[in-house]
Formats: sequence, C-alpha cells, structure tokens
Amino acid sequence: MPEIKVTPLGAGQDVGRSCILVSIGGKNVMLDCGMHMGFNDDRRFPDFSYITQQGRLTEFLDCVIISHFHLDHCGALPYMSEMVGYDGPIYMTHPTKAICPILLEDFRKITVDKKGETNFFTSQMIKDCMKKVVPLNLHQTVQVDDELEIKAYYAGHVLGAAMVQIKVGSESVVYTGDYNMTPDRHLGAAWIDKCRPDILISESTYATTIRDSKRCRERDFLKKVHETVERGGKVLIPVFALGRAQELCILLETFWERMNMKAPIYFSTGLTEKANHYYKLFITWTNQKIRKTFVQRNMFEFKHIKAFDRSYADNPGPMVVFATPGMLHAGQSLQIFKKWAGNEKNMIIMPGYCVQGTIGHKILNGQKKLEMENRQTLEVKLQVEYMSFSAHADAKGIMQLIRMAEPRNMLLVHGEAKKMEFLKDKIEQEFSINCFMPANGETTTVITNPSVPVDISLNLLKREMALGGPLPDPKKPRTMHGTLIMKDNSLRLVSPEQALKELGLNEHQLRFTCRVQLQDSHSDSDTLIRIYTHLKSLLKGYTIQHLPDGTVMVESIVIKVSSSAEEPNTKVLLLSWSYQDEDLGSFLSTLLKKGLPSGLSSI
Amino acid sequence: MKLYCLSGHPTLPCNVLKFKSTTIMLDCGLDTTSVLQFLPLPLVHSPRLSKLPGWVSKDGTINLEKELKECAGRVFVDSQPEFCLPEKELLDLSTIDVILISNYHCMMALPYITEHTGFTGTVYATEPTLQIGRLLMEELVNFMERVPKAQSATCWKYKEIQRLLPGPLKDAVEVSTWKRCYSMQDVNSALSKVQLVGYSQKVELFGAVQVTPLSSGYSLGSSNWIIQSHYEKVSYVSGSSLLTTHPQPMDQSSLKNSDVLILTGLTQMPTANPDGMLGDFCSNLAMTIRAGGNVLVPCYSSGVIYDLLECLYQFIENANLGSTPFYFISPVANSSLEFSQIFAEWLCHNKQSKVYLPEPPFPHAELIQTNKLKHYPSIHGDFSSEFRQPCVVFTGHPSLRFGDVVHFMELWGKSSLNTIIFTEPDFSYLDALAPYQPLAMKCVYCPIDTRLNFHQVSKLLKEVQPLHVVCPEQYTQPPPAQSHRSDLMLELQPPPMPYRRCSVLGLPFRRRYERIQLLPELAKSLVPSEIKPGISIATVSAVLQSKDNKHTLQPVPKPPPLPPSKKRKRVVEEPPEVLAPKPLLSGAVPLEAFLAMLHKHGITEVKVEETADGHILHLQAEDTLIQLEEDGTHIVCDDNEPLRTALRDLVLRFLMKL
Repeated sequence: MPEIKVTPLGAGQDVGRSCILVSIGGKNVMLDCGMHMGFNDDRRFPDFSYITQQGRLTEFLDCVIISHFHLDHCGALPYMSEMVGYDGPIYMTHPTKAICPILLEDFRKITVDKKGETNFFTSQMIKDCMKKVVPLNLHQTVQVDDELEIKAYYAGHVLGAAMVQIKVGSESVVYTGDYNMTPDRHLGAAWIDKCRPDILISESTYATTIRDSKRCRERDFLKKVHETVERGGKVLIPVFALGRAQELCILLETFWERMNMKAPIYFSTGLTEKANHYYKLFITWTNQKIRKTFVQRNMFEFKHIKAFDRSYADNPGPMVVFATPGMLHAGQSLQIFKKWAGNEKNMIIMPGYCVQGTIGHKILNGQKKLEMENRQTLEVKLQVEYMSFSAHADAKGIMQLIRMAEPRNMLLVHGEAKKMEFLKDKIEQEFSINCFMPANGETTTVITNPSVPVDISLNLLKREMALGGPLPDPKKPRTMHGTLIMKDNSLRLVSPEQALKELGLNEHQLRFTCRVQLQDSHSDSDTLIRIYTHLKSLLKGYTIQHLPDGTVMVESIVIKVSSSAEEPNTKVLLLSWSYQDEDLGSFLSTLLKKGLPSGLSSI
Repeated sequence: MKLYCLSGHPTLPCNVLKFKSTTIMLDCGLDTTSVLQFLPLPLVHSPRLSKLPGWVSKDGTINLEKELKECAGRVFVDSQPEFCLPEKELLDLSTIDVILISNYHCMMALPYITEHTGFTGTVYATEPTLQIGRLLMEELVNFMERVPKAQSATCWKYKEIQRLLPGPLKDAVEVSTWKRCYSMQDVNSALSKVQLVGYSQKVELFGAVQVTPLSSGYSLGSSNWIIQSHYEKVSYVSGSSLLTTHPQPMDQSSLKNSDVLILTGLTQMPTANPDGMLGDFCSNLAMTIRAGGNVLVPCYSSGVIYDLLECLYQFIENANLGSTPFYFISPVANSSLEFSQIFAEWLCHNKQSKVYLPEPPFPHAELIQTNKLKHYPSIHGDFSSEFRQPCVVFTGHPSLRFGDVVHFMELWGKSSLNTIIFTEPDFSYLDALAPYQPLAMKCVYCPIDTRLNFHQVSKLLKEVQPLHVVCPEQYTQPPPAQSHRSDLMLELQPPPMPYRRCSVLGLPFRRRYERIQLLPELAKSLVPSEIKPGISIATVSAVLQSKDNKHTLQPVPKPPPLPPSKKRKRVVEEPPEVLAPKPLLSGAVPLEAFLAMLHKHGITEVKVEETADGHILHLQAEDTLIQLEEDGTHIVCDDNEPLRTALRDLVLRFLMKL
C-alpha cells in the first residue's frame, strides 16, 4: 500500500531548528535544516543521526529544500552538508540563496568569534554548501529526477519565503515553511492553488491567536514609539536584519515623514545598507504596490533611518534603535538592552516571537530580574511591550490556507504542543480530515490510495461518452466494458474487439438456443404477435421488432414460433442469443415459459 | 488538430492552434513595417517635410496631393502611421480560449485582438514579457499621441487607386486592414487579461491540455511553449537564441519528442554575425566621436540596447570616450533601465550571481551613477538644457517614422560629421532613410539579430527530433536577394510544412489515446491473466465519469438490496436493469477435455458426431445438442435453465474473457 511518512527532526511540537523528513513514493526529502535559538549545545541542530548512524547523508536524501532564510530554517545547513556530509541538490529561491549565506556567516561569527566555540562550521564550509544550491523560481516545476518534482509558491513571510509542493506520481505533500496570509507593507500574501495534497505540513506558530486588524497594531506601535520619544525616552526594537525590520522601517519612515519628527532612528549592524539593496534587486518578490511604484520611488531608500554606531547608545535624548538579533539572545540588541534596561523612561518593543530560553522570552513573561553571565543580575525597569509583527499566519490564516489547498491530511509543526492540540481539534472538526502533530523523531504515516492512470483508446472513450453522457446517472449506472492490456510498463484500456484484433486472438462465439413450450390457441403468427405485444408492454426501453420473416427480435435475441400439426395449440418457441446477451436471454426464456397473459389482443 | 495562420511575417507571428477542445493563439505580433510607407511625424514643425510636393499621377488623372507626398523619388502617405494587423477574418476571435506570448516583441498586436472583438480568454506571459511589453506599448502610444495628426488618409487605399501608385506603395499588402495605433486605455485593458507564468510552470487548460513556457534565450522573459496532452506534444519555438547575451540560456532539451514543432522567429539577418556587428558598432561610434560628430542609434527601448550599453561600458575607457555624454531618450527610458535590474531570475548565470553580492546585474547602473549615461523622457524639458555635443543618442523608433529620432534626423542629417548606426534588424535601413533623402550624414548598418540562424536551427532540430516541422514559407526557400544560398533555408526530412498569411493547416497526427484514472478499488478488483509471455489482460467493467475533461472509472455500484418488507412476487418480471453486455470470448473448447468435464459433472451419455467444422455432441438424457467448433459453441436445449447455465459455465471454463 503506498504511503507517505513524515518525521520532524526539529520543529515537531516546537519552534526552532525546523527540519522535516518526508518519504514519498520511494523518495526522501528534507524540508528545512534549521538551528534552535534556545540552545547552545547539541540540541542546537537537528539530530541527523536519525537518518544514518554513520557516514554521509547523500545516499539517503534525494533533495533538501529550504523554505526561507531565517536561521531556524537554514542555520544547520552547512553543518549538515559539510560536516555530516551531503552532496545532493539543495533547493531555495533566489532571494533566499542570496541572503542565507550572509546570515549564516553572521551566525558563525557570533558563535565562533564571540563565544569562542570550536568545532563549528567555517566560512569556507558556508561557501561550499552554497555551491550545492539550485535556485528555484516561483511556480516553476523543477524535476529533481524522473519521478520527483517540486514547485514553489509565494509564502509572504520574508523576502523570498516559499511554500513547496513535493510530488511523486499522483502523491503529493505541501510544506508551508513560515507563511503569512495577509499582505503587509512590503510583502504580498501567501497563495497556493487547489492542489489537493495528500498531506499539508503547516507551521502553527500562532495556532490559537486570531490577530486584530493590522492597522490597529500599527497605530498602537506608532503611538507607543511616539509617546516614549516625546518624553525623552529611548526605544529599542530587537529585530532580525531582514524581514520584519524592513516592514517596521517603512512604517516608521512614513510616520516620521508625516509627523515631521526629528528624533533619530538608527539601524544597527552594517547589514542594513546591504539588506536594503537586496530588497531593491528582488523587488519582484515584494507586494503589488511597491512593485508598481518602484521606478518613481524605491520604498527601501530610507531618508530618516541611519546607520547605528555603538557609541550612540550613550547619547542623551530620545532615539529609536533597531538592533539585531530579534530574540535578545546575543549581539548588539542584547548589549543595548543591558544599557537601557535600568531606566523606566525607556521602552523595548518586541515585534516577534521569542523562543524559550532567550532573554526576549523571559522579559516577555514579565521577569523583572535577569541572571546574566558572571552571576550578575539585571533589573528590568524599562517598559516591555510585545507587538506581534511576525509575518506568520494566525489561526484564521491557517484555516484559510487549508481551504485553498484542500489537503486530504494535515500535519502541524513549528508551534507549541498545547496550542497545536487546540488547532488540531478545530481543523478536524471543520474539515473532517485527519490532523497530525508528531513530536521530534516521531513518524506519521499516511496511507495514500492513488488511482491508477491508464491509456484508454479514444474510440472506446468517445463511444462510451456518446452512449452514457458525461456523468453517470446514479439511479441507472451504465457499465462500460473494456479490456486492459498490460504489456511492458504500459496499461492500455481498449474495446474487447480491438484487444482481440491487437493480440491476434480469435473470437469464440457462444450461442444458446432454447426451446420453450407454450400453450396458446392461436395461429403461429398470432402467437408471435401476442408475444410481441406482451414484450412490448413489459420491456420499456428495449428495442423490440417484429420482422417480416416471422421473427421477433428483442435487441439481438431472436424469437421464433412453431407448432406441429398434431398439436397446434402447443407452440414451441425458439429463443436464440449469444453469450453477450446472456442476461436478457435468460430473462426472456424464463418469462415466456410462464405463458402469455390472457388479456392480450392478438392484433 | 489545425493551425490557422494569421500573420505572414515570420518574426512577428500570430497563429491559432486548435488542439483537443481548446483554441490557443500563439503570439500576436504586429507588423510595423507598414509605417515605412508613411511620412515621419516630426516633434517640432519641419519646414522640409511640410514643403514636400504632393503626388499627382503622370497623366494627371489621379490627384492625391493632400494624401501623398513625394520625397527623393519616393511617395509617402501623409497621415498618422498605421500598422498591418493579424488577419481577423479567418476565424472568430471571440472563440480564442488563451493567448500564449513568447516575447515582448511578439505581443504588440494584443489590444487589437483582445479589445472590441468579444475576446474573453486569458493571456499567458512571463513577468518581464508583460512589464517590458507594457513599456513598449506605452512608448508607441506616447510617440503617436504627442504629435496628433488631424488628417487621416484613406483614398490611396482604394484598390483601383493603389494599383496605379508608384513604387513600394503599389505592392503594399492588406492595406484595407491597416489600423492606427491603439489607445492607452486599450493597452491597460488588454494587459489586465495577462496571467503571469514562470519558466517550466505547468499550466492546465480546462483539464484537457497543459502548456509550459520554456526559456528561449532571446530576451528578458522570452519563452518557447510546449502544448501537450498525455499523448501529443506540440512545441512552439519563437524568437530563440543560443548566443550568450543577458537572458537565461535557451532550454533545448524540453523540446524533445514533439509530434509537431512550429518554428518561427529565426534571425532576419542570416549572414550578419552579431559579435562582428557589435565590433563594427563600437569602432564606428568611436570614429565619429573622435572626428567631432554625433552618433544616432535608433533602437527599441529594451533588448539589444542593454547589450549595447554593456559593450560600451567596457569600451568607453579603452577608447578614451570617458567624457562623451551618452543619452537615452524615450518616454520609458528610466523604467526600462530600472526594470532590467530587477529580473534576476530571468537572467543568465553571470548576471544572476551579481545580485547575490548584491550588485545590479547590468553595468548601466554604474554608467548612470557616474553620469556617463543620462536618460530623458523626451527631447523637451531637461534634455534641451543639458544636451552637449558631440554625443551619442539612443532613441526610438527604429523605423525613423515617429519618436524623438525624427528630430535628430532633421537636426544632424545635413552634416557628414554625424553618423547614424542601425542596430535593429526589423526595418530595411534604406527604406527607413528614404524620406530624409538627400542625406549628408554617414549611415552604418550593423544589424544585431541574436535569433537562431539556419545552421543553429538545423542542429537544434537534429537534436530534438520533432516528427513534423511547420514554419513560415519564407524559411523553405533562400532569401530572394540571395537565391543561390541554399544554406539559408530549412532542409528537412520530411520537408517542413510551410504556411503563409491565411493558411489553414491540418497538422498530421491522429489522437488515439486519452488518459483515464482507475479508482483504486476498481484497480484492486481486476484479475489479470497472462495470455502471452509479458502480456496480461484483464476484463474491466466499470462506470465512466468524465468531469472537466478528466476521466475516471469507478467500480459498478452494487444494486441496493431490495427492501424485504415489500413482497414483490413479480420480481422475475422486472427486466434486467443493467444493460450490460457480457465480455467477448476467445479460445477454443477442446473435445476430449470437454467430454471429461461433462463426465465429471454426471453427464455420461454423450454421442459425438464429427462434422466438417468440428463436432456435435448429443447429450441424450438431457435432449441437448452442443455444437463445438473452432470459433464457436452453440448449445441447443429445452428451457431447463439450471442445465443450460451449468453447461454454459462448463464451456466458459475453457474460454478467455475479454
């Protein structure tokens, strides 16, 4: 029985180190290969020993697909390809291919140069890994090999984020990566066609959230920033260099412009300039409005937002700083946070999801005293605000995607178990489909029941369609007969006559002639007419003919009447039919044996 | 399967393919060579043009001096230029389901097809094709609308009059169908019908046909198309290139195994080598500038101009032209330059990798940044104050009949210091220059046409092996001017099927199979039997369902059990509900084995009689005859149904059901 197996190595009932193995039609595909922000030990990367205890992964995987450039989706890629060992193709979209190595290099620097870890991937490894990348275009059907094909759809989560359809024969799986169903200031909404996958693997970060309108959230955000700046406070917004950062920059830039604000806005890390350049070159991946107007005004050229220098953090007066990384687990955002945390005039706005174990997660949970390195404690006095600007689908969006794609089964990853549970119930109720939520290392098996494609001879099909009409009548189904010829690897359905001819077989005619005795005191020809009238009244919808040669034909069944001179009232009916009319012939002989009803007129 | 050919221009094709139940238009090229019959549209009043004498026939009987003007021995129509449209009478345009566009040059007639014709279908094109196509249409409309011409000449078109006109005017074809340019409103409406597609995207049409664009290597987003069902494959090859310029390389392998390959858009300059032409272009440009002259390059706003600019980018420094200003003047110049930088996915590998750095893929970004290249929407406004000579001007339209180029022709034509360099291959340069004669400026003809030449195409066809090739008739004979060059034509076995404007070709293949899906329950119930080594057969009895051109076979539903409460004695009188013929039978019933079988089932008294064709078995106790022959068995018996069915089943044991 054909089946599809899905095993998360990461992101199973968890957010972080997304890595999902799919076995479909004898092919093995790895979806994403991410790192976990909440861990610094082995748990940082997916457990690849699940695939093989020793040796390289190449022979176990047909391809690897990366959905977008966030490190929890691609952070383990060089480790997997260069340190564990994988030489097959790695697919990602152009923007992901462009931006992913930069973030990987950043990640490597923080880990190796700042934290002093050894046994980590090197710059060269990132480069070697990227050489294995094959770029994907939206909607392009990529033939990985003769049987396995993949197709990318727009996911709207960050620049270049894609959902992927993996297809072998008539079986298919769709993996959403992270996606967003509502267009924002710089990206469009995720879209997929009604591809009816056997399994839809969806993220479920916001499984239980239904977010209020975006306008309200934006207004709230601007109000808070404005108030803080007005009272002379500093606003820290931890972000990842690419993604939400650009969205919020566009938001603040237009606000500053409109309100004629003077307080400086800074963007930390040297990446900004470069990052914005990517957005300019990949403008086709942004939303309609930006694409339409980019010739006149490129939205990613900011007037009010300037590069940040570490010394600015101590400057007096209000300012707004975007700093990386977004979960306050390391780097510049953490440094600035430490400086500003003690002043209640200041504010930190967390615009996205924070993984457990990060400082971001802790302060969002209301922790007021943080234990830092060297046993120091940090008192959190500044205001902590959380505003969901992550471009993830909320519960409504996830349901919307299910309606779009019409999957036969649903599988949730990239979310918290409790919330998944809730969504799972909701999905099963609303769509009456199975919904799975495997933990890491746990395999979900879905039995697929693919139909068998066959070549039908056009003659047979046309004849059948002409006779039966396009749709079967549920009350009176028409049975079609054909012969399936199985030769080499082809399956052909042809009419039995054609099959005989093609295979050089003779036809064997099987005929029956049945004598039926009947008492009827009419002349032979009158009896025949009586039989004709009787059958005519009984058999609606059949062709019944009274032929001049003294026979009655019901379809192709021949009925004759004879009697002997001695017993003129004992008629002998001869019914003759071929095997093809067996049902009707048998029926008629049994029927006529019972005699003719007395009321029949002979004319 | 039929092909309707609506355009006779081999590089601006417009064909309609009827395939299965779909009607698919392949490209809608607009033949703009017709504009060469018209006088140029000057941007500012031109005393020279307005003083041209009107035309009166030699015998004085026809006086068309208002409509026709004479210049240097040629006669031109003094009216807003008109285009030669694809044939509209050959078939009802409202029946077209989809239009597939191969590149932005081949879509310029789109508004004429989709607007005011009842067209309700969808147009498929790649994103660069749509965006640049829009720019080119916008430019065309702008060129026409900013110098409106009150007069519209019509008299010369009358057949009886046209017959008597001189020179190329007399031989112009289909003049009655020539039309003025469309409006911006029509363009917007036409382009709103475009659905974007990516290379190798499989697009289903009505469940019957699948169409897929493939990279054709000719221009940004240019594509060839595969139109196929499960069994038939038509490749449409239009404007393809194997040269390494800026677009993504051509996808050749996907064209393999085509039943029919429709071949259009080969190079119009089969004897000109594009690389050599590029060299000539640079050297002539440098020579003129050094001598203190200006260079005019009439060109389209997208396409080869990107390559020219890239070539100049490398050339400028070496040739010491760093201080020479380069101007690109077009209403869409800025957009074209900007758009070229954002289609990384559609570019060749080298350009693609630049974006990863991130750097703009085309070096003209740097030319603009360093002020070496300046672009203006027209000669009016900023340009007139910033304009310095000697300089190089890229501007349209390459026909020299409208656009800013007309102004530069009037301005620079009188000086032999200046040079005009023709790079676009669409127009004969002599015809283009005719209304400017006499002309002192130097003319250099460096047509750059990167499309396939005959050598490349014959190699390609050998590679992909289509069963049949369909092409414009022009490709089946050498060019008229080089009739001895038999290498400048297609020679194939079987010979290509030529078409011309208004041809209707029946394409030579018959459909014999269709894809059908057996539902898993049905497939499971089949009992295959091997009849020859490697060949098995199974009888299929099923219910057919056809929906959206997809066919499935379902198991025959079991009749619902009769409700037991209803006592129906007359059940037997209900005729069989399902009119289901039994399968055909094959094989023979061997006498000895059959007798043994009868014996085993208690029928022992059998008299066997030999006949000419076989045997007659007389079952004496049952008063039944069985006639056994090589290809038939006949059972004659009384109405003893149990006996008859028992005998039937015994016979069937020896036979194969189909």
